[in-house]
Amino acid sequence: MAKILIIAEHDGTSLNPVTGKCVTCAAGIDGAEIDVLVLADAAGDVAAEAARIDGVRCVLTAERAENANAVAALQAPQVVALADGYSHVLGPSTTFGKDLMPRVAALLDVNQVSDIMSVEGAYSFKRPIYAGNAVASVEAPADKTLVATVRTASYQAPANDNSAAIEAADCAVELPSHTRFIGAQSGDSDRPDLQTAARVVAGGRALGSEENFELLNKLADALGAGIGSSRAAVDAGYIAPETQIGQTGKIIAPDLYIAVGISGAIQHITGIKDAGTIVAINKDAEAPIFEVADIGLVADLFAVLPELTDALS
Amino acid sequence: MDNSHSRGIRPPLPMQFGSNKVDKIIVGLKRVVDYNVRVQVKSDGSGVETDGVKMSINPFDEIALEEALRIRERGEASEVVAVSIGSSEAQQQLRTGLAMGADRAILVKTDEGLDGLVVARIFKALVEREGADLVLLGKQAIDDDSSVMGQMLAAIWDRPQATFASEVVIDGNTARVTREVDAGLETIEVDLPAVITADLRLNEPRYVKLPDIMKAKKKPLDEVSLDDLGVQAELQIKETSFEPPADRQRGIVVDDVAGLVSALKDKGLV
Repeated sequence: MAKILIIAEHDGTSLNPVTGKCVTCAAGIDGAEIDVLVLADAAGDVAAEAARIDGVRCVLTAERAENANAVAALQAPQVVALADGYSHVLGPSTTFGKDLMPRVAALLDVNQVSDIMSVEGAYSFKRPIYAGNAVASVEAPADKTLVATVRTASYQAPANDNSAAIEAADCAVELPSHTRFIGAQSGDSDRPDLQTAARVVAGGRALGSEENFELLNKLADALGAGIGSSRAAVDAGYIAPETQIGQTGKIIAPDLYIAVGISGAIQHITGIKDAGTIVAINKDAEAPIFEVADIGLVADLFAVLPELTDALS
Repeated sequence: MDNSHSRGIRPPLPMQFGSNKVDKIIVGLKRVVDYNVRVQVKSDGSGVETDGVKMSINPFDEIALEEALRIRERGEASEVVAVSIGSSEAQQQLRTGLAMGADRAILVKTDEGLDGLVVARIFKALVEREGADLVLLGKQAIDDDSSVMGQMLAAIWDRPQATFASEVVIDGNTARVTREVDAGLETIEVDLPAVITADLRLNEPRYVKLPDIMKAKKKPLDEVSLDDLGVQAELQIKETSFEPPADRQRGIVVDDVAGLVSALKDKGLV
């Protein structure tokens, strides 16, 4: 039997849906018994949300004042203290999980399996390497705690009909003072979150300026979509870095992805290949994006974006 | 397994010389398949084809080195030491690092397979040997894409980590680091010594000029072994086989916006 602890990602008030996708991944392990750990200063609402995820046995809450705006150096010792008795400890492969889980793994004296995309056995998995140009099968020792991050784009969100028990956990470990949270600056919060949005429209360097991204915003408004970008667009300063999709940015899996003026470098494609339907609009018919697009339109984006926005409004 | 050494919370290590300056920065330079190469999985699934493929410094490590050099050039650090781990061929990447401006280089020479935890242990041994106050690394290597080593080093060194950095300000014995996170930007303050991992937007690395390449040939490049450092290359996680990714099929091409809208409607997407 596998006893699995999943570290919940949240913003202090609501649970990030990537947590549920980690549960879906964990449920693929034979005999999985899944608990979710919420580290927070006040866990109430987040824990209640986690308890509704189908497949969760129990939600553990670790409530401490230090867990408001917590950083990995403070979270990791608590996770390690509570990991005792679990065979697996999983977190999402987001910036939260990528920061925290390797620290947990090293404190447990184990290596980490990063970006699980497929569960082949309790200790064997598949994961992408080389920007998704290859898939590696990996095997971890069964006699050690398995610490891993989950490539959440590879998993569906579970149903939310559960009412798992919520228990307070004892997390009275000493925490370091060498790392202090100063502040956060979030991007455009009116838009759906890229990693969980059902629809995403993204722009590349061909948009040509920050102002021209307004055209993309209008299309996104018409679709209720999140806004993404290619590295080239971010490098050019047209849009904020947190919108970057791909190997070194976000890995997404919306039902509908519309790439506008994005050529489709392999590093970008790896971030979208799990999208339900990929639409590409590009004036270069040879652009590699068309090799993976379900629907391609070879056209000048400035000519077609307003028309498309009107048609979908 | 005994892991008591890493679980306890110990007081911070004192800064070297108690000065207001970082004494030594260690930078990791991994030799990887170049960013522009589209790697192919070998037909027998035993690995990816790396024979005759262009190799380079991992791009994120180059950014880390650039940041270390800028910190030194601002007078906030004395020395930048570039470190690589692997076969003799990794000397090429270290020479490039020296040409960029690193003061000296260390090659941890081994032909063993390595993983994030083993590499973290190697760096911890080096950090202790060298007495470094700051370790600057790339946020991930573009070959295995694991993104674990900096965090693991910070954990076993029992020091702060500031991952995915897009701005680093050294202020006496602390560093203020802006981090690129999914929601936007986050700023944290860490006491030094610390581990910082570089994201794309931290800086734009300098180009190496020919005279610098000549000068770099005279800079010290030392070799040490895993035995010298007392580290064993025991891998916990084994890569058993490799396969190409599942391909998406090329779809249809439409002529105009009306065609696109009707294709989307056919799929029930709008």
